[in-house]
Amino acid sequence: MAEKPKVAFYWCASCGGCEEAVVDLEENILKVVDAVDIILWPCAMDFKKRDIEAMDDGSIAVAFINGAVRMSEQEEWVHLLRKKSQMVVAFGACAHLGGIPGLANLNTKQEVFDTCYHDVPSMDNKDATVPGVESMVDGHHLHLPRFWDTVKSLGQVTDVDYYLPGCAPPADLIWSAITAILTGQLPPKGSVLSPNKACCDDCPRKDSKPDTLEITEIKRPATHLADPDLCFMAQGFICMGPATRGGCGSRCIEGYMPCRGCFGPMDDVFDQGAKFLSAFASILTPKDEAAIDALLDQIPDPTGTFYRFSLPTSLLRRGKMGTPV
Amino acid sequence: MATAAFEPRIVAFFCNWCTYTASDLAGTARLAYEPNAPVVRVMCSGRVDPQFVLKALQEGADGVLVGGCHPGDCHYQEGNYKALRRFRLLKRVLTQFGVEDERVRLEWISASEGDRVQHVINEMTGQLRRLGPFQQARS
Repeated sequence: MAEKPKVAFYWCASCGGCEEAVVDLEENILKVVDAVDIILWPCAMDFKKRDIEAMDDGSIAVAFINGAVRMSEQEEWVHLLRKKSQMVVAFGACAHLGGIPGLANLNTKQEVFDTCYHDVPSMDNKDATVPGVESMVDGHHLHLPRFWDTVKSLGQVTDVDYYLPGCAPPADLIWSAITAILTGQLPPKGSVLSPNKACCDDCPRKDSKPDTLEITEIKRPATHLADPDLCFMAQGFICMGPATRGGCGSRCIEGYMPCRGCFGPMDDVFDQGAKFLSAFASILTPKDEAAIDALLDQIPDPTGTFYRFSLPTSLLRRGKMGTPV
Repeated sequence: MATAAFEPRIVAFFCNWCTYTASDLAGTARLAYEPNAPVVRVMCSGRVDPQFVLKALQEGADGVLVGGCHPGDCHYQEGNYKALRRFRLLKRVLTQFGVEDERVRLEWISASEGDRVQHVINEMTGQLRRLGPFQQARS
């Protein structure tokens, strides 16, 4: 019997939601297990790094890597898996765009550490202990991975063959990506494995969008109850749909939440946040500076909203080093 | 070793109907001003996608100047209002990114205000000379 193709799943800076997404394949996961040999999946199976290091280069058919890259250990693993794999797929929004961890790019490592290990009210750290690269415990040298100032997407660290978008990728897209890989029916290298059309195109509320959108008040799910059937933008909610790739199955909309932009931009867009900002600002109604500013004051964190998933892959990539933001 | 004095590069997006015509007038009137701001003529300040501003900065510009018609004078009625709203929102985002206020500027300059083109470009060039090069997208 011919040997089954070897598949690796790995996680970097991620929340575990992408691992859940694999399990969300339900019975289809049994077909995956039938068709391939899973040789690495830290979340679900035992493994050792040396086992991967011992493998021949290119002997893994495909490595699915989720999470952003923000520490030295993650970068080492990414380079190792790239070397051992014929194909690398960036799995989920963090690997694809930098994701939620990428919002830390508005700050430096020092600011992140100060907040996490000192400033938060729940922290009791009298000795001001912070993780260090090297430390001595009971006469033993301990080594921890280095924490970078800048979070990167997978594609900024290594050569990526395909991008599977979403936070997390929906089961049907994962399944179609796996079947496409197994049958060799793949689009050109570098493609995002989801249709190149706006999220609004599939939106169940599309027909409720008025011909002219005009926003006089900006609402947030935290402070306003949304109409369950009407276009979110028509109600004044910030919905990233117009500047976000579709194919997600409108999961957020079906859950009464506006689009947050996790599928990233469509092809030919350089910067998802700027593209959304452009569309959104154009449909606000005020014409003079004072009224515009009063309306914009209703967006507490424009960068975090427009670049929620894509800050590391935006044109500016990060905030100025050392600037308190 | 002496290093050459820093000369900022400014990308200027001028609308066809007002500010570009004003820069033309400045030339015809032989008004001398700093050569640091090559002009990209666009049909309307409302054509300036915020991506253009960020792309210019990422590709090596130290500042971006957008020039359009005064409020109420837009050839397309509404374009400069859209430019203003985009600009006000983009400035908030740029502040969060730590981009200094002087680097991105919007000015209303009508076709008859050649001297205003001279003044704005001279002033902005001077400010950016003092501020130094924009490097954060290239670090």
